[in-house]
Amino acid sequence: MRYGQAPEVLRDIDLRLTPGSFHFLTGASGAGKSSLLKLIYIAAKPSGGHLRIFDHDILTTPRTELPFLRRRIGVVFQEFHLLDHLTAFDNVALPLRIVGQKLEQYQSDVIELLDWVGLGERLWAYPPTLSGGEKQRLSIARAVVTKPDILLADEPTGNVDHAMALRILRLLVELNRMGTTVVIASHDQDLVARSGMPVLHLEHGRLSTQPAAAPRQFPDDFDTFPQTGIL
Amino acid sequence: MTAVEDRGPDPAASILPAQDGRDLGLVFTVAVLSFLACIAVIAALAADRAAQGWARQLSDSATIQVRPLGGETGPEAAARAAEAVAGVKGVAEARAMDRKSAEALLEPWLGKGNIPADLPLPQLVTVDLTPDHPASVADLNRALAAAHVSAAVDDHSRWMADVRTSGNVVRLSAAIACLLIATAAGSVVAFATRQGLAARRDVVEVLHLCGAEDQFVARLFQMRFAALATRASAYGALAAAAVGAILRLTGGTDGFSPALPIAWTDLLACLAAPALGAVVAALSARSVAMAILREQV
Repeated sequence: MRYGQAPEVLRDIDLRLTPGSFHFLTGASGAGKSSLLKLIYIAAKPSGGHLRIFDHDILTTPRTELPFLRRRIGVVFQEFHLLDHLTAFDNVALPLRIVGQKLEQYQSDVIELLDWVGLGERLWAYPPTLSGGEKQRLSIARAVVTKPDILLADEPTGNVDHAMALRILRLLVELNRMGTTVVIASHDQDLVARSGMPVLHLEHGRLSTQPAAAPRQFPDDFDTFPQTGIL
Repeated sequence: MTAVEDRGPDPAASILPAQDGRDLGLVFTVAVLSFLACIAVIAALAADRAAQGWARQLSDSATIQVRPLGGETGPEAAARAAEAVAGVKGVAEARAMDRKSAEALLEPWLGKGNIPADLPLPQLVTVDLTPDHPASVADLNRALAAAHVSAAVDDHSRWMADVRTSGNVVRLSAAIACLLIATAAGSVVAFATRQGLAARRDVVEVLHLCGAEDQFVARLFQMRFAALATRASAYGALAAAAVGAILRLTGGTDGFSPALPIAWTDLLACLAAPALGAVVAALSARSVAMAILREQV
């Protein structure tokens, strides 16, 4: 993959994500992590090769069908990409409004989900009034509200402290346990090592895979995250 | 809980950010265009009414110029001609024009009191025709020939053609003006839509990532600019109606002037401006937004 006439940022990528899997995506800055995620959430197209998502060849799929594939993919950004003029509730409800749901259909789900990510008291707060950790959890809630098959997170712990990073990871692990395929791009080697999850490592645009290792040193309460009925 | 948090869900929460200062210029421009369009339509309606009135007056009358024969005087010949055509079917009334009336017709060109008493004036007969079945020039000529009156009949058809042409020109001019104004409004909205999409690239990106189709995104801009154009067009229409009302009030029974007899009903044309403005803006915004969105992945 390349942007315009620039050198290739990704090359010889051979990746198949198994449904329900959990991967970290690591690599130095500029290694191509964000570009690989962009390919998966269909914000960019490869300049060569094949890209199949949900059994659709993205290079030949009509543009009008791509939104329906994107609805099956949740994305969490380091910079959140929240809409500052909408409340936390309306930010999370946005993907549901896009698919045509009415307030009475999504109200209780959105409130429960915000409660699940720890923002039950901040339903009507606007993003500029939220802390970094709250924004990230809000971003996660928006990404999963449509119960996506794949959740992609680009440096989701980049703007939060270690305790919040663990809390966010715990959320993502919980989502994975509910069946969502999760890929997390992260610089946080400690977090990656603690999780024991398989790692996709990018270096100079090439991908290598490291198998899962035994998780270590998570806090005692890491596995006690409450269940939610809406996911 | 803070004051900001003290609210409930808003199913109509605008996905696009609220309007900002950049919209003021667009509101002003569309309002001015709406004002000009309404003024053009009001003027066209009034001018058309004047033209129709003049054409009706001309078509309902004819003028006979009498040439006295032998020892007959002009007034005698005119009186005989009036008598001859008065009985023709399709003639309501025929009157020989006296010298005083003929001089009054010349006064606008020669000035009051500047017409010498011995200046020979044409002997004219004015004929009022029945509107439903007016007598033709041939009917009048036959009656005059039968009465042995030498005369030329003018049914004003040459002037009527000019008046009708003028009316058509006014109507066409107003239509072209409105079309140009609508095109200008559409172009302004198209430009604003481009700016809006560029300024709200972050919102559009989030919407796409959340699975929004192009139509959904385009509809947001379409609705925004349609609402803005409705408001702006209403301002312009209101101003135009106010100007029209002032002209009507100051013009007295003539409307504004005999050439522009504004009627109160003409002002009703302004009611259409907000809806037309909304349609133009919606079409323009949607087509531009769709074109730009199609260029993205």
